[in-house]
Amino acid sequence: MMSNRMTSISFVLNGEPVSAQIQPHHTALDVLRNIFELNGARESCGQGLCGCCTVIVDGQSVSGCLYLAPALDGTYVETVESLEEGAELDPLQQAFIDCGAFQCGFCTSGFLLMAKQLLQSNPDPSKEQISNYLSGNLCRCGAYPEIIRAIQLAAQRMNQKKLEETA
Amino acid sequence: MEHIDIASLPAAKQVGRPLDRLEAKAKVTGRAEYIHNLTLPRMLHAKILRSTVAHGRIVSIDTTQARAMKGVHSVITSEDVLKVIPEPYFGPAFHDQPILAIGKVHYVGEPVAVVLATDPYVAQEALHLIEVQYEELPAVLDEVEAVRSEIVVHDELKPAGTFPDLKHLAGRKNTNIALDFHVRRGDVEKAFAEAEHVFEHTFRTQQVMHTPLEPLVSIGELTDTGMTIHTSSQSPSFVRIEVARLLGWSEAQIRVRTAFLGGGFGAKLYIKLEALAAALTLISRRPVKIALSMEEQFYTITKHATTFRIKSAVNKEGRIIGRECEVWWNGGACADIGPRVTQKSGFTAAGPYDIENVSVDSYQIYTNLPPAGAFRGFGITQMVWAYESQADIIARELGMDPVEFRRINLLREGRPHATGTLMKDAHLIEVLDCTAKRMKWDEPFDRGTGTIRRGRGIGIGFKALVAPTTSMAMVSLSADGSCFVYTSTVDMGQGSDTALAMVAAEVLGLRAEAVRVIHPDTDVTPYDMATLGSRSTFHMGHAVRLAAEDAVAQMQAMAAEYGIDEAERIDASSLLKRRYGMQAGNIVGIGSFIPDYISPDKDTGQSDNITPNWMIGGTGVEVEVDTETGQFRIVRMENVVDCGTPLNPKIVETQVSGAAIMQLGAALYENMEFDEDGQLRNASFAEYKIPGIHDLPAHLDTDIVKAVQHSGPYGAKGVGESGTFGVASAIAEAIHDAVGIRLTAMPMRYEQVCRALHGNEALFQAEDA
Repeated sequence: MMSNRMTSISFVLNGEPVSAQIQPHHTALDVLRNIFELNGARESCGQGLCGCCTVIVDGQSVSGCLYLAPALDGTYVETVESLEEGAELDPLQQAFIDCGAFQCGFCTSGFLLMAKQLLQSNPDPSKEQISNYLSGNLCRCGAYPEIIRAIQLAAQRMNQKKLEETA
Repeated sequence: MEHIDIASLPAAKQVGRPLDRLEAKAKVTGRAEYIHNLTLPRMLHAKILRSTVAHGRIVSIDTTQARAMKGVHSVITSEDVLKVIPEPYFGPAFHDQPILAIGKVHYVGEPVAVVLATDPYVAQEALHLIEVQYEELPAVLDEVEAVRSEIVVHDELKPAGTFPDLKHLAGRKNTNIALDFHVRRGDVEKAFAEAEHVFEHTFRTQQVMHTPLEPLVSIGELTDTGMTIHTSSQSPSFVRIEVARLLGWSEAQIRVRTAFLGGGFGAKLYIKLEALAAALTLISRRPVKIALSMEEQFYTITKHATTFRIKSAVNKEGRIIGRECEVWWNGGACADIGPRVTQKSGFTAAGPYDIENVSVDSYQIYTNLPPAGAFRGFGITQMVWAYESQADIIARELGMDPVEFRRINLLREGRPHATGTLMKDAHLIEVLDCTAKRMKWDEPFDRGTGTIRRGRGIGIGFKALVAPTTSMAMVSLSADGSCFVYTSTVDMGQGSDTALAMVAAEVLGLRAEAVRVIHPDTDVTPYDMATLGSRSTFHMGHAVRLAAEDAVAQMQAMAAEYGIDEAERIDASSLLKRRYGMQAGNIVGIGSFIPDYISPDKDTGQSDNITPNWMIGGTGVEVEVDTETGQFRIVRMENVVDCGTPLNPKIVETQVSGAAIMQLGAALYENMEFDEDGQLRNASFAEYKIPGIHDLPAHLDTDIVKAVQHSGPYGAKGVGESGTFGVASAIAEAIHDAVGIRLTAMPMRYEQVCRALHGNEALFQAEDA
């Protein structure tokens, strides 16, 4: 149900403290897209079933189309726009390019954020572990085989780099 | 963006390079532009109230309460539309789609009224306050029933006038047939009389939806010169022409622009939300955004359900000597582009086989279901499902190897297709052989034991490139040597920007990465028929090649004028600086392409040149079936295509496997389920399953046969659909091979296999023994 009551929320968005005036029925996606003009997270199925709207709240992936805006208050929010460091791509972004892991690109942000979260907890996932972890994300262009390869490639590069750094 | 020093780059060979998408970085950073992202100052959001009955008269629409709701700008019905657009019916083949329902509704989900508000939540909420009363009429849902039904969807047929073979249907009443197309070759009756074996089967496919993840979205705005429509369309040129026709304006008053599409697959073709967006913009005099939900997409455009009766005459040697095909295409309540599907895929219904005597009757049928139109394959997957399923059944009954049966029947180069057109550059045998080889077809096969049985199947299909259609292109070189390609081809994920950049770069001796491809904007980019049916590589590839060659010819003329040695590498930068005395000016090349084509004869479907080229796809599948539960899994899938010489092998491979994965959805899971009243039960991803990452075959691979399309740009032809062709029938055959169950309707679900297995216990135990 709608309410016209405006409330104020404050949170950290991709490292920067922000605040916004919202209505209680607004979603995280409304806030990110309409107020902060970050368009990487997108609404597709509107039911939390496709993963296009994935964002990270306090280190956990959530469906931005269902996650209510008031709950963002006091959190740390990361979107696909946070992956780049300066002009430098994240190893996952580069691997997605190298493996051709997208076609239309509409679902890509969600896959990248889920993959990022996966590699944080499991730096060397098997094909099955990747599939299990990404089973909530849909890609209608069917780039799944390339997505799996890209995540394995990114993991391999990141692990290699870590080895070199510790050596 | 990193700086590219164009002049210093070598003029290496561009075509055939495995190249990343030019927009790759934009897509992984979230920066890629989609119309989904666009908002305009003072923009209103439109939410659509849809019909709740499949067929009925509108008795009354009460909008009082909705209008009174705080925040509502206005509530719009057809009464308001008629004031600004006196004839508000649109569609590419028939003018059968009202912008908002007028007097009658023809399917559940038809747009009836719209609420406009600055807050989309307000607009959505206010929909609940509109009261519509219907006088329900009986509805007809089945395509075969609708042929003879007393229930007529449209009172009178209104062909758009664009297609000559529909003109005779103008004004026709009491019919649901929106096109009947026929092919007649040889003497089918005689063939059946002389046949050693006659086979007759009926195969069915179900209604499914494209579900592009970026749902359809269109935004209209008034400008000082007319109206701009920003839209997620595959056919901006057509939208401009059709909206101009509806408004009675000139093309110069309508500007249509697109961005990247979050998938298209045929859903965003011709004209969809743009007519309503134009009307709402005219009425409200403010920018209006219509952004559909995933659910609403199911009521907007779908893929034809079909019933296909196929009867074949086969001789002692296993040659097909005659074939009779009757296909009924369930077009729903609006023809959309269905009549083209009925014809263009209809003429391939007898399959890629050398058959002397052929009869095809293909019917586009109106029913009270959501409209059906183009869907990746343009009707081909429905045809292949039937003729390849039957090929396997015939081979089994004759005790022939299914690959061998195909090999002796496939059309060879130079042989006439059922339409009389001689086959050219159609590598059917090569695709079959390559698929069989990849499947290790001639090696011993582990058929499993106990309750886990294994089987395999191969299917092959072909598609004629739709003709005759036009593509135009411009190539502009600026005085620092930068190259810009202007076309109205829409990149919806198929990688057309990259392919077209490669073609221009090849001609101009540049690197593709240095070419800027300008996205469709009808005020800027020239006409293109549409981005559909895998036509862009061939048509726009040629147009861009010709435009680039035109630019080269101009540079050569300039060089000659300045007495520059022919052997010297000429470049736009030095020529322009010389001509204009500074970094100024452009060299602009133009190119246009329309292939030769001869329309099929109205009575016999015969033509000496029915298509500019044939696209071919083959699929091999191995399955493992659990005989207790009917569950099966695809353990291997091999997809092979003839796409001529691929322009960009890296993107071709992903296109082929992506198409095959998409087709797994239609083959195994997807089905729009309607109840007897035409109510759709599963318009959401919660109940409508599309392939996810767990649905990948355990082993999935792709191959491209070595081939040249001699009439294509650099030997290439289209490939966006070919991966879909052979998937479904190959799975059906593999299941049959494993457990002796033949499925003749899609989708092939576990429960069907289970039911068939346990309803047939005796047969299975006998085989087991």
